[in-house]
Amino acid sequence: MAEIAIRSIVKTFTDRTRGREITALDTVSLNIGDHDFVCLLGPSGCGKSTLLNMIAGFEAPSSGRIEVGGTLVEKPGADRGVVFQQPTLMPWLTVADNVAFHLKLKGVGRTERRARAQHFIDLVGLTGFEGHYPSELSGGMNQRVGIARALLMNPRVILMDEPFAALDAQTKLEMQEELVAIWQRIRCTIVFVTHSVDEALVLGNRIAVMTRRPGRIRDYFDFDMPRPRDITSPAFNDAKRRVLALIREEAGSSRKAA
Amino acid sequence: MQTASERLPAARYAAAWRLWSKLERVVVPALILAGWEAFSRSGALPQSLLPPPSAVLHALGDWVLGLDGSTQDYSGTWFRHALSSSWRVFAGFVIAGLSGILIGTAIGWSRSAEKTLEPTLQMLRPVPPVSWIPLAIIWFGIADKPAIFLVFLGAFFPTLMNTIHGVKTIDRNLIRAGAMMGASGRQLLVHIVVPAALPSIFAGLRIAIGSAWMLTVTAEMVAVKSGVGYVLWDSYYFLRYDMVIAAMVSIGLLGYLSDLAIKRLMGVVLRWQRTTTVQGREG
Ligand SMILES: Nc1ncnc2c1ncn2[C@@H]1O[C@H](COP(=O)(O)OP(=O)(O)OP(=O)(O)O)[C@@H](O)[C@H]1O
Ligand SMILES: [Mg+2]
Repeated sequence: MAEIAIRSIVKTFTDRTRGREITALDTVSLNIGDHDFVCLLGPSGCGKSTLLNMIAGFEAPSSGRIEVGGTLVEKPGADRGVVFQQPTLMPWLTVADNVAFHLKLKGVGRTERRARAQHFIDLVGLTGFEGHYPSELSGGMNQRVGIARALLMNPRVILMDEPFAALDAQTKLEMQEELVAIWQRIRCTIVFVTHSVDEALVLGNRIAVMTRRPGRIRDYFDFDMPRPRDITSPAFNDAKRRVLALIREEAGSSRKAA
Repeated sequence: MQTASERLPAARYAAAWRLWSKLERVVVPALILAGWEAFSRSGALPQSLLPPPSAVLHALGDWVLGLDGSTQDYSGTWFRHALSSSWRVFAGFVIAGLSGILIGTAIGWSRSAEKTLEPTLQMLRPVPPVSWIPLAIIWFGIADKPAIFLVFLGAFFPTLMNTIHGVKTIDRNLIRAGAMMGASGRQLLVHIVVPAALPSIFAGLRIAIGSAWMLTVTAEMVAVKSGVGYVLWDSYYFLRYDMVIAAMVSIGLLGYLSDLAIKRLMGVVLRWQRTTTVQGREG
C-alpha cells in the first residue's frame, strides 16, 4: 500500500490583482511507498512547493485528494515533519529549545526535552551550539537545526523543500551524505524537492520529473544505483543524461507550444 | 623605528578622543545650562520670570531634602509627591498594558474579534484623553481614580495599536512550523504569536509610558490635590516659577527613569534580538 497517495491533484490560485486564475498543478497523481526517498525534480515555478505544502496540509487542493498512511490530509500534523525552504526557526528560542519545541507542546518535562534534543543536535553536527540563538548561526547551521527539529518528531514522513539550496558545495555534500545515512537508519519516507539533477540522483531511490507550469508529472522512475553514489561514475552519468534528455525534450515542446 | 616626537601626537590624539567619548553625552546639556544661567543673570528679563538654573536647583534641593524651608509648605515633600504620581502612572500603565496586549492580540489574530471590537476602539482613539477630564471627575471624584483612568486612556491605545501590528505582521511560515509540530490554536497563540509580536509590543509600551506621564501630570493639574503636576500648578498660582521648573525637571527625570526600566526589561525579555541590530553592536 502506498504511504503517500496523491490522487488527481489540481491546484489553481486566483490572482486577485490581475483578475485571473493560475493553474499551478494540473492533475498530478503519484504513489509513494513506505521508506521511499522520492526526489521531486522540476524547474522553478512548476509547483513543487505547492505540492509539498498540500502534503503537509498547509494548503488544500482545488480538487483531488492526498492520503498519508491511509488517512486523508486535512490539516498539518506532527506525523509529517517539514523542513522549509527557509529555516523558519523561532528566533526567540535557542537551538536546543527550537529542536525540542514539539516536546514542549506535548508537555514533556525540561530535562527529558534537553536529553532528547541533544541526541538530534549531535546527529546534525551542532554539538556545542545548544545555547545559541538562530541569529548567531550561519544559514547552513540554521538549516541543520530545522532538520534536527523535524527528525525529533520521529514522523512517518519527512517533507523537504530545497533545504540545501543555500549551502556551499562542500557543506551540501556532507549534508546529503548525512541525510542518506539518517534515512537508512530510521526508515522514514522522504519527499525531497530540488531543481538540481545531480542532487536528485545522489539522494533519491525514486525520481519524479515535473513539467513547467502548469506542473504535471513528466516521468516517475526507480533509481537503484548502489550507495554511496559516485557522481563521476558512468552509471551516474548515464542516468543524468537520461534525465537531462527528458528535461530538454520538455523545454523544446513547451517552446513549440508557445 | 619610531621616534618620540612621532609617537606623541598620536598618543595625544587618542587621549583627547577618550576624553571626548566620556563627555559626549553631557556637552549639549552643559552648554544649554550655561547659556540659560548667563541669560537669566544678564537682567534682560526679571529673574523671577526666568529663574536661573542655580535657583531651580536651590528650590529642588529644598523640595527634596528640606534644606532651608525656602519652598515653604513644599519643603521636604518631593518623595511624597513623586510617589503619588508614580503610583498613578504605574497603576494606569499596568491596566492599560495588560488589556492592550490582550485585546490587541485578539484583534490581530481573530477575524471576528477584529470585526466586533476594532471599529469602536478606532472611534474612541482620536478622542484626546484630556477631553475625558470632566466625565472622569464626575464619575470618580477628585483623587487617584480620575488620574489613573486618564493614564489608562493614554497608555492603552499605543499598546493596542502596536500589538495588533505585531500580531498581523508575523511570518506565516512560523505559524506553519508550529502547526507542523502539532500546536493547537491556543498553543500557537501562546508559544508563537505572542513571542513573535513582543518586539512590537515593547515599542508600544515605550510610547505608552511617555503618554502615561503626560496624562498623570495633566490630571494632577486639574483634578487631583497631590503629585508633581499638582505642585507645578500650585506653584504657578504663587508665582514660584523656580518651583514650576523644578517640577518640570522632576517629571522629566521620573519619565526618563521609567522608560529606562522598560528598556532594561526589554533587554532581558528580547535578549535573542541583541545580536541582530544593524551593525551587530549591542544597543
Ligand atoms: N499563494 C499563491 N498565490 C498565487 N499564486 C501562487 C501562490 N503560490 C504559488 N503560486 C504560483 O504557483 C506556481 C508554483 O509555485 P511554487 O512555489 O509551488 O513553485 P516551485 O516549483 O516551488 O518553484 P521554486 O523552485 O522557485 O521554489 C508559481 O508559478 C506561482 O506563480
Ligand atoms: Mg519552491
